[in-house]
Amino acid sequence: MIDQNNIREQFPILNQKVNGYNLIYFDNGATSQKPISVIERISDYYKHSNSNIHRGVHSLSRHATDLFEKSRHTIASYFNINNPQQFIFTGGTTDSINMVAQGLAKNYFKPGDEIILSTYEHHSNILPWQLWAQENGGKLKIIPLNNDQTLDYNSLPNLITKKTKLIAVTHVSNTLGLISDIEKIKTEATKHNIPVLVDGAQSAPHMAIDLKKLDVDFFVCSAHKMYGPTGIGLLYLSEKWLNHLALSKTGGGIIKSVSFEKTEYVEGALKFEPGTPHIAGAVAFGEAINFINRISIEKIFEIENELVQYAQEKLNELPEIMMYGKNTHKAGVISFNVKNQHPFDVGTLLDKYGIAVRTGHHCTQPLMQHLNIQGTVRISFAVYNTKNEIDFFIEKLKKVITMLS
Amino acid sequence: MTIEDIEKEIIDEFDLFGEDWEAKYEHLIDLGKSLPLINPEYKTEENIIKGCQSRVWLFSELINDKMIYTADADAIITKGMVAVLIRVLSNQKPEDIIKAKLEFIDVIGLKEHLSPTRANGLVSMITKMKTDALAFIK
Repeated sequence: MIDQNNIREQFPILNQKVNGYNLIYFDNGATSQKPISVIERISDYYKHSNSNIHRGVHSLSRHATDLFEKSRHTIASYFNINNPQQFIFTGGTTDSINMVAQGLAKNYFKPGDEIILSTYEHHSNILPWQLWAQENGGKLKIIPLNNDQTLDYNSLPNLITKKTKLIAVTHVSNTLGLISDIEKIKTEATKHNIPVLVDGAQSAPHMAIDLKKLDVDFFVCSAHKMYGPTGIGLLYLSEKWLNHLALSKTGGGIIKSVSFEKTEYVEGALKFEPGTPHIAGAVAFGEAINFINRISIEKIFEIENELVQYAQEKLNELPEIMMYGKNTHKAGVISFNVKNQHPFDVGTLLDKYGIAVRTGHHCTQPLMQHLNIQGTVRISFAVYNTKNEIDFFIEKLKKVITMLS
Repeated sequence: MTIEDIEKEIIDEFDLFGEDWEAKYEHLIDLGKSLPLINPEYKTEENIIKGCQSRVWLFSELINDKMIYTADADAIITKGMVAVLIRVLSNQKPEDIIKAKLEFIDVIGLKEHLSPTRANGLVSMITKMKTDALAFIK
């Protein structure tokens, strides 16, 4: 039995008033709050362990290196992968996708090639591919949506051509919370030997992910949405791509030997981590995974799923509410609008009651165009949210609806 | 009335609500409903003020040496803020508009909307109104 109070107590930021009300933080899709163990890990690192890694002969450097690599181990086993070298520390999801796009552009994509994305995609999983396509006469093909806003997987065989070189899809829609069926996509991709990239920014915080089982080529996510610090994320590469992905950035710390004519690089994850990495961030990312493991990601999914179901039920009782992606298979996110009202107005007034929600297009303008709306109000949960908070939110939402009408 | 006179009038009006922010916002929403609407032919892509989460259209013209502003917005709170600004700045001389400090925004408790993170573009609106006025100064 998980004690919700015990969880909440670990997040000091939650214990504050905003505009005179207790803060209700429903913007976890943007970034989650951090438990005290993660905050202290960062501070402890700088107090006791700070040193540059992978090169010093002195004890402190070895100690920092150990912490950094231990974090990589923790992360690898969390995603059920034996070889930690397949996990590269990056600046975050955006950075990871750009690294893949730039790497593939160097020795894999050919002019005129095609990349398949989905209607759900966040701009960060559109723009790097669009940039490449524009510069190389390439083409983006988009998996459309069904009427219930789930992905139309049946369209895949028609989208795939001999020129299709990659399928890059989000695991969970950051706007709708709907979960993509990666297995279905993977099955179709495998038939044609097309690599698959999964954007896990919104799935990794909410559900168990077994990368061995998922068996995709690239998986990316950000620590800061998973109770970890900002500025650090992951790029997972399959064994094959660990050896084949071209470098998009280079510099110190990743070489065996350098002359002005030629450089011999190290192997494994380090090759992709030039310069001094965000060591404290990487170490604290491991600590965030420890936090998740203490509760268990399965339990977190269960808690959040209950919140989603409860909130959807309550929202459904309000005739003024339009909900998007009315599907039970959701990960932590609900998007809605108040009929005839702008999401900005709803969000502004909810904030006055201390309730933090996200409004706007959520960096998914193509999805907004498909739904033919300017934006939505998005509430997104984390393990520390409660049904009481949802009750208060619904009570104030009703008040907001009255104020606006 | 001068810009300062109108600012004073608005301050007095909002003063009636004291600390009751709900009443204040209800008043702002009512003001939004009274906004002098832009002629639909000017509700174009190029008259949209950038930097707003909600869309704001602003049209400026000079009539008898005074700036006349008309606008529309798709969010009602934004519309209320535009209405307040238009009440203060419309029908004023361009020279006076560019000098206006608009301190009343802080006094009536809408200062939070001046923060760049609010993404509602109150700042962009003021900038646009002033730049348009500046363009008419010979």
